[in-house]
Amino acid sequence: MIVGAVLLLASTLGADWLVTRFHLPVSGPVLGMAVLTFALALRGRTPVGLARVSELLLKAMPLFFIPAGVGVMVLSEQFRAAWLPITVALLSSTVLAMATTAVVMKAVAKRLARSPRKSSP
Amino acid sequence: MKFLWTTPLPGVLGTIMAFALCVRLQRRARGHALANPVAWAIALLVALLLLTNLPYATYFASARPLHFLLGPATVALAIPLARELPRLRRLLWPVGAGLLAGNLAAACSAIFLAKILGATKQVTLSLAPKSVTTPIAMGISEKLGGLPSLTAVLVISTGVIGAVVGPWFLDRLGIDDPTVRGTAMGVSAHGLGTAAIYQESSEAGAFSGLAMGLSGMITALILPALVKMFGL
Repeated sequence: MIVGAVLLLASTLGADWLVTRFHLPVSGPVLGMAVLTFALALRGRTPVGLARVSELLLKAMPLFFIPAGVGVMVLSEQFRAAWLPITVALLSSTVLAMATTAVVMKAVAKRLARSPRKSSP
Repeated sequence: MKFLWTTPLPGVLGTIMAFALCVRLQRRARGHALANPVAWAIALLVALLLLTNLPYATYFASARPLHFLLGPATVALAIPLARELPRLRRLLWPVGAGLLAGNLAAACSAIFLAKILGATKQVTLSLAPKSVTTPIAMGISEKLGGLPSLTAVLVISTGVIGAVVGPWFLDRLGIDDPTVRGTAMGVSAHGLGTAAIYQESSEAGAFSGLAMGLSGMITALILPALVKMFGL
């Protein structure tokens, strides 16, 4: 478990360093996720400790958003002045993006299933 | 009492207690989506801070250890993701098409709606990257000429909306495949959506984490051109 925590923190730190050092346009944690996925895929299996630590963190993940979320209380002037268009745009755009992703993904999967390519056994 | 706020104790403890209470309430509501514990815990803490006249900065400094764990937790998504890689390889085209369409829909609709509803150029530009994870969205907003601080608030609000409405909405659409549910949540509601959908299944969480990461890159690439297209 401790080794798992060390591995996870080291990946986070390493990715953060890469992002600041090379001014990458991604966020540190997202790059860390990509690099660690790649490393685990190459290795073929996940160490038990790492799997346990990550499950613990992921189960509690909603909690970690709360401190930043409370920051909504410090609404800026800009938000106060335009709260109606902002709220309408946020709500409809979020729902629309969700529906579009789901519908397109389903449609493409269906089409592929109907015309199986030769590459699939 | 004042000296206590310079330690992580009150912030961390208060946040965990608020969250635990709201998780209980959600259970009482038989897991109803609108009883989302993150949204209610945020509302509860905001109310408490306003009532006690405590500045947000003081609270945040004290609750910082929890905020810090967001980074390692995001990296931890690599573990379910690595497990789902074989399936992802089979779903490469559906996921890729869904991601591209979803990111286009998120950015275009946000810009279009803000524009016709009369938001200023700066607000519209701050709103455009709202579906992307906070650090990436702030970077994009800054480059486009938006306000990064406003973008941060909008991104979090989007995440809360997605986490609250998302699972219910996807049910209404009749989407039950966890890979599709996860991808849709990751595209539209980034980390908050991912955290919410991971509680449904680690499979959906893995696809959501992947969608969140790739959406950050896709939106960063397409948004400058879209903004020009809309004449901003």
